[in-house]
Amino acid sequence: MIKTRQEYTTYQTKLKAELAREKMRVLVCAGTGCVANGSLTVYEAFEQKIKAKGLPVKAQLLEEAGGHEPYAVNISGCHGFCQMGPLVRIEPSGVFYHHVKPGDVDEIIEKHILNNQLVERLLYHHPATGQAVTTQDQIPFYQKQTRVALEHCGRINPDDINDYIAHGGYKAITEILFEKTPEQIIDEVLASGLRGRGGGGFPTGKKWQFARAATSDKKYIICNGDEGDPGAFMDRSVMEGDPHRVLEGMMIAGYAIGADEGYIYVRAEYPLAVKRLKRAVVAAEEMGLLGYNILGTGFSFKINIKEGAGAFVCGEETALIASIEGQRGMPRPRPPFPANKGLWGCPTIINNVETLANLPPIIINGGQWFRGFGTAGSPGTKTFALAGQVAHTGLVEIPMGMSLREMVFEIGGGLRDGKQFKAVQIGGPSGGCLTEAHLDLPLDYEALKQVGAMIGSGGLVVMGQDTCMVEVAKFFMGFVQNESCGKCVPCREGTRRMLELLTKITRGQAGEEDLALLEELALVVQDGSLCGLGKTAPNPVLTTLRYFRHEYEAHVRDKKCPAGVCKALQDYYINQEKCKGCGLCAKVCPAEAIAGAKKEPHAIDTARCLKCGTCIEKCKFNAIYTA
Amino acid sequence: MQPRKFEKLQEIINKHEGKVSHLIAILQEVQAEYRYLPEEVLTYVATAMGVSPATVYGVATFYAQFSLVPKGKYIIRVCDGTACHVRGAAPINFALRKELALPDQQQTTDDLQFTVETVSCLGACGLAPVVTINDQEVHGQMTPEGVLAVLAKLQAREQQPAEQA
Repeated sequence: MIKTRQEYTTYQTKLKAELAREKMRVLVCAGTGCVANGSLTVYEAFEQKIKAKGLPVKAQLLEEAGGHEPYAVNISGCHGFCQMGPLVRIEPSGVFYHHVKPGDVDEIIEKHILNNQLVERLLYHHPATGQAVTTQDQIPFYQKQTRVALEHCGRINPDDINDYIAHGGYKAITEILFEKTPEQIIDEVLASGLRGRGGGGFPTGKKWQFARAATSDKKYIICNGDEGDPGAFMDRSVMEGDPHRVLEGMMIAGYAIGADEGYIYVRAEYPLAVKRLKRAVVAAEEMGLLGYNILGTGFSFKINIKEGAGAFVCGEETALIASIEGQRGMPRPRPPFPANKGLWGCPTIINNVETLANLPPIIINGGQWFRGFGTAGSPGTKTFALAGQVAHTGLVEIPMGMSLREMVFEIGGGLRDGKQFKAVQIGGPSGGCLTEAHLDLPLDYEALKQVGAMIGSGGLVVMGQDTCMVEVAKFFMGFVQNESCGKCVPCREGTRRMLELLTKITRGQAGEEDLALLEELALVVQDGSLCGLGKTAPNPVLTTLRYFRHEYEAHVRDKKCPAGVCKALQDYYINQEKCKGCGLCAKVCPAEAIAGAKKEPHAIDTARCLKCGTCIEKCKFNAIYTA
Repeated sequence: MQPRKFEKLQEIINKHEGKVSHLIAILQEVQAEYRYLPEEVLTYVATAMGVSPATVYGVATFYAQFSLVPKGKYIIRVCDGTACHVRGAAPINFALRKELALPDQQQTTDDLQFTVETVSCLGACGLAPVVTINDQEVHGQMTPEGVLAVLAKLQAREQQPAEQA
């Protein structure tokens, strides 16, 4: 139990010394992705096998390993390069091995750990040159990144509070409790220019000012971990990989606005994040860094963890508050804003996970340091979840203002399987689809807003030539229609009608007038909806209509899907040269639309064909094609 | 209705001191106990907590996590987030439903062994497309063939429980 500032400093010095004593540190990624690929068995193998060599091994920083230069074998949070997992990073050299299987552990121990030789075959090889890349920082995927919010993800053991402290953790909150007034903190955050990372982009310091000015005996801080955007997983990675950072960020915010209690609202779909956060809260309380009268300063802060139950709309501030109160998560009109009247009627600040994770380094290094990254209007760094048909998928953090091209082609390594770039969908269901013409657009709040997209929470899905943009718009509309809470008419009915129209278009049943109707409806929903979900729901439709109108027109005029995705708009044919006449397709065809003599090429009667695709699936000779 | 059933329920409600703000957490725990939320259980929760059945029913039907119909022993969730969608989540879902002969609109097999549902995003986009079994096993970079192999393993596990034990 740490009771004073002096004790904290002494303790941290001791932990740092302990860290410096480590001969080597093996970090096995235990993010959701790597765990799915079996990283925990890799971790166990390292621990047992190094021990079996008679070497001192420890899994926690303060564990007694019985040796002067112990080997630390730790789990770590997400490294971001999920597709290459299980990932192993070895400190202090920063050597990075990918696709590590339990069977590879012996070789890594024998060569790398005991004899300081690299295991070449497990290193990353540059796709262009084929050359092995030794350390993580030299891999193109990481080279262009600047990690602030994700600084510790993949570097420390998320389940060990001591590891966090040894890496500078809880220093920011300790410092401000003794040296700064809440107003000074707000000024520093204002100076940093930090804007809400959950999508809105509202200046964090300004939001705090409102809550600071509100008079109330009770105020709350809520950490919004309801990362509902399909295609985004940065908040999950921070909560799983550096949970104490989230707690510290909340304490800083709490001190700034005068709150003594906080809630972390986590999606039900993130069980691992819930587990690690709960452990972190207990550890911080036991250490005296969280709870009543922290370090004898009189500042108290309590953190509760609330699990969501699956509702996208709960990412909206007022809906989230309703959900914490135990009600249906439906938004209410603002004002009053939560900063004045929020949880149980008390002034409440809701900050996104990533926003909070940026706070400790801003406090330590100052607002001006933060402004050193990014652009004038959008300072700092932002995490993006790079996914879709890109060669390297994963989590990246870049200074704001980097071009889309650098992101997709340099960090992401271009498209996979030699596909051609077609579009990128940015910002989830609230964002928009951008084209090749936007590749040189800087990724910041203003530039994206101008073209009708938004950073949103940072989902970035790359799409290749074989993606149908109408189908993509339909996909997002299906999502928001399903997630619309039903409170206001424009969103409830509007999204449903738009989905109907889009479905009609993909089935080839729509006419030219339906495009005009779709556009009109989209504008009504945008203007008339109560909350952010409805207001932004038409964005995918509007941007695809704007940038890929020809595709919509092909669907309604020519009844063709240029990308060949919409099943109803394709006709099925049999390649007469490839067909061996086995008759399997005719047998499985539910419409009896295929006929032909035995051992002779068959043919499909397109009038009877239901376009179900069963024949394509069954044909062993790849003789059936669509056009 | 056996009295035992309500005993456990009451225990959960008591643990949360019957606080209305804990309604979601209470329902989550109740569902973990019964695998779904039977109607009589919702009525009981409402009465015990002193709120209207409509309030409890309203919350239970609002959130995707709650089910008012029984679910299967194995809940197979096919992620249909954006990343999984563009990498082919639909054929995986299709293959599963076909193999289990699930008619449209039905998620659970008649023998209550399997439930197939889609989920908006599991946040494992780097591994897309993703399928999870009972939220425990995560299968990444799935294909229709791959998911059928996973299913076959589960089915085999069910058919030979005696040998396993």
